[in-house]
Amino acid sequence: MLNDSDRIFTNLYGWQSFGLEAARRRGDWDNTAAIIAKGRDAIVEEMKQSGMRGRGGAGFPTGMKWSFMPKTSDKPHYLVVNADEGEPGTCKDRDILRFDPHKLLEGCLIASFAMGAHACYIYIRGEFYREASNVQTAIDEAYAAGLLGKNAAGSGWDFDIYLHLGMGAYICGEETALIESIEGKKGQPRNKPPFPAMAGLYSCPTTVNNVETIAAAPTIMRRGAAWFAGLGRPKNSGTKLFCISGHVNQPCNVEEEMGIPLKELIDKHAGGVRGGWDNLLAVIPGGSSTPMIPRDVCDTVLMDFDSLRDARSGLGTAAVIVMDRSTDLIRAIARLAKFYMHESCGQCTPCREGTGWMWRVMERLARGNARVEEIDMLLDVSKEIEGHTICAHGDAAAWPIQGLMRHFRPLVEQRIAAYHSDQGHGHRMAAE
Amino acid sequence: MSASVGKADTGPEQPTSFAFTPENVEKAKAIIAKYPSGRQQSAVMPLLDLAQRQCGNWLPRVAMDAVADMLSMPRIKAYEVATFYSMYNLKPVGKHFVQVCTTTPCWLVGSAAIVDTCKKRLGIGLGETTADGKFTLVEVECLGACVNAPMAQINDEYYEDLTPENTVALLDALTEGRPVAPGSQTGRKGSQAASGPTSLRAMAQAAGVEG
Repeated sequence: MLNDSDRIFTNLYGWQSFGLEAARRRGDWDNTAAIIAKGRDAIVEEMKQSGMRGRGGAGFPTGMKWSFMPKTSDKPHYLVVNADEGEPGTCKDRDILRFDPHKLLEGCLIASFAMGAHACYIYIRGEFYREASNVQTAIDEAYAAGLLGKNAAGSGWDFDIYLHLGMGAYICGEETALIESIEGKKGQPRNKPPFPAMAGLYSCPTTVNNVETIAAAPTIMRRGAAWFAGLGRPKNSGTKLFCISGHVNQPCNVEEEMGIPLKELIDKHAGGVRGGWDNLLAVIPGGSSTPMIPRDVCDTVLMDFDSLRDARSGLGTAAVIVMDRSTDLIRAIARLAKFYMHESCGQCTPCREGTGWMWRVMERLARGNARVEEIDMLLDVSKEIEGHTICAHGDAAAWPIQGLMRHFRPLVEQRIAAYHSDQGHGHRMAAE
Repeated sequence: MSASVGKADTGPEQPTSFAFTPENVEKAKAIIAKYPSGRQQSAVMPLLDLAQRQCGNWLPRVAMDAVADMLSMPRIKAYEVATFYSMYNLKPVGKHFVQVCTTTPCWLVGSAAIVDTCKKRLGIGLGETTADGKFTLVEVECLGACVNAPMAQINDEYYEDLTPENTVALLDALTEGRPVAPGSQTGRKGSQAASGPTSLRAMAQAAGVEG
């Protein structure tokens, strides 16, 4: 188990105040100017050496992302913090926003300096009204203390942070949709290229980072890349906030070392699976988009990017959704299919039409009112959606269904057989 | 003829005029100042939100028009935004806007029972408002409090760790105008395990959380 001395988010549960004075006692804003004084290149290099990979789900190396920003340009540069947390199962950034906002603000200054940005927008989902209120209070405190604004924290760097609240659209967690949203438009993702580092917010060089990624940066700078890289496994380093929900005895958020075995994570921090480990049916390991893994995989899998990729799933946002043997897995995935339908922005035909079609078929499969060959048809359609849309929403809608069929296809076939033998219904075909 | 926002702008409840209060005009100016000059359209979402709050938690079409005009943007662009984002209410809602999350993490731990409890206690179905205008009940997608599931948002606040029993108590308190405490309804602190924190014990003790 991770030592308390290696934890970044020491106010994760909100025992102490989120305010500046308490944050300083926790080590935030401690001589930030000295970190800035290391210079832009050194900061980016430190992030690269730390092995930090983006905590928003995709796991792209953070230092490399920062290095994509132009060295010089005649346009303003922007850092945009993605606090549009909404991937089902995920509630980790919320704890940073409400209980440790100064860690995020200090990270914004360091990251922005490293990318030549004098302004940062933090995009918080609108439902997080309390959380946004705490962040705004922290921003006001930081300005009053000279930590933001002209010569921020005595660093010689002028720096402003603004909040922008979303208004209920999961798709705005996609970075280019988020940028569109800040520009005052519908949150519909843009084609890439151009990538945001070249033309992002207001067509200016922009980097979009997750809350947890940015909030970890000050500690990485203070303790050094070697400390962070020494935790976890190569290319999967550091600590990570995990959210453990569903059928566990003690659902919770916790910071742990990357690569912790899933079983250990659930047993040590979440009080074990309801009814014991043998009562486990499947786990969605990294938020709703990541394909489920069955119990035998859960026995040994490690919670990091590469281990879960090898298990044909993903770490995603590290939101572990536990499902015990009482779970109707087909209905659980049908509900996610409804979520993706509801949240499709409607821009690309395969996603707009396909997510609704998949949901309708999943609803019939959950009842058993379908034909066995429709399982393959559904998988075929999911493959036609995957990879054929501007953003990854189509992929994210396809993966949970593919994961279900990969591991529990016999269950779906049994449901169909039971429906027809019990009720003697005629067949409906997918002319949805 | 002015543009339509679908059926939403034809109801009898649609007012014929809207203007920000002087206080909200000042707030609007501060919001617009967050964005670079010439980029005032960026303020459309927060200004629509401000208008919605002024109107009692819904957004009439005349308010969209006022916001669009204030930002020198085509009205249709404001309608696009108002109809794209789910938090803009295009019809009036009750004083207490009860939004129960039913996405899979909440569903796994009993959100269906919470929805049923709300329906029975309030005597309304999903998407409906009580006759006295006190409550509107809807189901919503993931609100991002999954380790404190099941949960619901009522106006600006989250109510977490719901059971049918504490949901009834919550709704009754709101009905009777008694104060209610947002957050966990079982007294759990934040997202820590209900049985006590499994990490940061020394800090917990220092904060007087755990003996």
